[in-house]
Amino acid sequence: MLFTSFEFILFATVLFVLYYIIPKKLQWMLLLAASYVFYAFAGVKYLVYILATTVSTYFTGQRIGKLQKIGYEYIKINKETLSREERKAYKEKIKKKQRYWLAFCLVLNFGILAVIKYYNFTVLNINSVFDLLKINVNIPTLGFVLPLGISFYTFQTMGYIIDVYREKYAPQKNMFRLALFVSFFPQLIQGPINRYDDLEKTLFGPHKFVSKKVSFGLQRILWGYFKKLVVADRLLIAVNTIVKNPDEYQGVYVLLGMFFYAIELYADFTGGIDIAIGVAEVLGIRMAENFERPYFSKSITEYWRRWHITLGTWFKDYLFLPISVSKSMLNLSKKCRKLFGDSIGKRIPVYISTIVVWFTTGIWHGAAWNFIVWGLLNALVILISQECIPLYNRFHKRFNVSGTFWYRLFQVGRTFWLMSFLRTLDCYRNVPTTFRMYGTIFTKWNWHELFNGKFASLGLGISDYIILTLAVLLILYVSLASRAGSFREKLSKKPLIVRYLSYFGLIISILIFGAYGIGYDSSQFIYSQF
Amino acid sequence: MEKVIEILKSLHPDVDFENCTTLIDDKIIDSFDIVTLISELSDEFDVNIPVEEIVPENFNSAKAIYELIKRLQEDE
Repeated sequence: MLFTSFEFILFATVLFVLYYIIPKKLQWMLLLAASYVFYAFAGVKYLVYILATTVSTYFTGQRIGKLQKIGYEYIKINKETLSREERKAYKEKIKKKQRYWLAFCLVLNFGILAVIKYYNFTVLNINSVFDLLKINVNIPTLGFVLPLGISFYTFQTMGYIIDVYREKYAPQKNMFRLALFVSFFPQLIQGPINRYDDLEKTLFGPHKFVSKKVSFGLQRILWGYFKKLVVADRLLIAVNTIVKNPDEYQGVYVLLGMFFYAIELYADFTGGIDIAIGVAEVLGIRMAENFERPYFSKSITEYWRRWHITLGTWFKDYLFLPISVSKSMLNLSKKCRKLFGDSIGKRIPVYISTIVVWFTTGIWHGAAWNFIVWGLLNALVILISQECIPLYNRFHKRFNVSGTFWYRLFQVGRTFWLMSFLRTLDCYRNVPTTFRMYGTIFTKWNWHELFNGKFASLGLGISDYIILTLAVLLILYVSLASRAGSFREKLSKKPLIVRYLSYFGLIISILIFGAYGIGYDSSQFIYSQF
Repeated sequence: MEKVIEILKSLHPDVDFENCTTLIDDKIIDSFDIVTLISELSDEFDVNIPVEEIVPENFNSAKAIYELIKRLQEDE
């Protein structure tokens, strides 16, 4: 069920009404039922995957919780008689048992994800190697279809179980409540990847009908639809024309494609997240924010702190830090410092962790070389930027430009284009084609083709470009105005007439200028395929 | 506390670790240093610094690092 479908609007409307008329203690159960109905729309057979994740995580959580309790009670009772070493050894013994359970849960769930998402990709690559070596073996591929939101709910649920293991919070005792945390429908399609301790504060209610929350939620949903239907789905047409015809659209059109795709992806992903967070807000539930005006970032590391925040923090907390400070990495660091000196020695563990994290981020986005290369290029740029910091600092000191408006604008522009360059790997059919297209930017000077009628062949008319320009300016204005606090709060303080004109203006623009009708097809959200 | 400062000084001899309270916020200690620092602290104080304790509040000053070590030792 697409967020942009009429089924979804009907589904959400019925749910909102029911949610506020039933007894409040039943609200979370209604949400659970609704989430499973939503999931079943994608295919009843896929319920087995989400159920397997829920049940395995629930029992692992209970088991780990029980072991922690046993450990604490034993230490408490025998506090006087045990030495520090004995206490440490006992704690380690209990932790080891917990670790086995955690490993079981992680292997099972990431195993399901890995097999479904990466089996065919791996097999195809192995077969290609066999072909190259002239070995006559062909491993068959299997017809897996990716269950809805599996990358998102697996990460969210594994974050929960790791936190339970780390004793950040106690495991959820009620399996149905945990099931709701895993399957809460607004987050299923493309996140955000919520943390249990944040979401549980509001997920299970009870929630009174608070008109401000409901109205704010509806506004955010509208804003999301505006971005998705008026901007993203319209630009998709031009982007597709460019990237699906690489022999025809080269040079300046590759740059144009990058620019259009940057706006399309932003409108698509932030629009989808606005709808998800808005739906939750109408239900009185607060989900994690996923963006913080990312295109205003001044460096690539800052960009990754502000774009898809919940995925970035997931990788930091559950992959980057554990690898960086694991015993084996600390030992490696020590050895390297002895062998190569402090400067190189201290870098090696961080380099390894960064490369692992970005390789994983790449394949998380999809089983394709495009994403792997994209991830590794991100790692490369991040490490180079990190190494260049002293150089930048010297430059800033010497020329005293740091903080000036023009220099900040230069930094923002540089980050935007650098990220757009890398992101192009999402679009073309394979890595060689993408690099060939990168090459044409420098080798094919065809700026005149912007004015010889070719531009019109991208599939959009003048009216589309006018709508896009105005819509992008509006998005830019809202982004800039949000720097000093919530735009909706500001709007709510405006006179009634201004507010209602804004709401109706937005609704009318979505209805009239939304990219649907003949020749248009409201498309899947880009991130729902990950 | 002196030992913590000594370890920090070995990373950046020119920083006033006795008084600085923004080691992470001002990026005086970067992600490269953190790994070395954790490795040195674990060896020196015989504690295991768990991942969930690696947050800016615990590493912003020598005092915060010392408090963290003390707390972890007591927990053990």
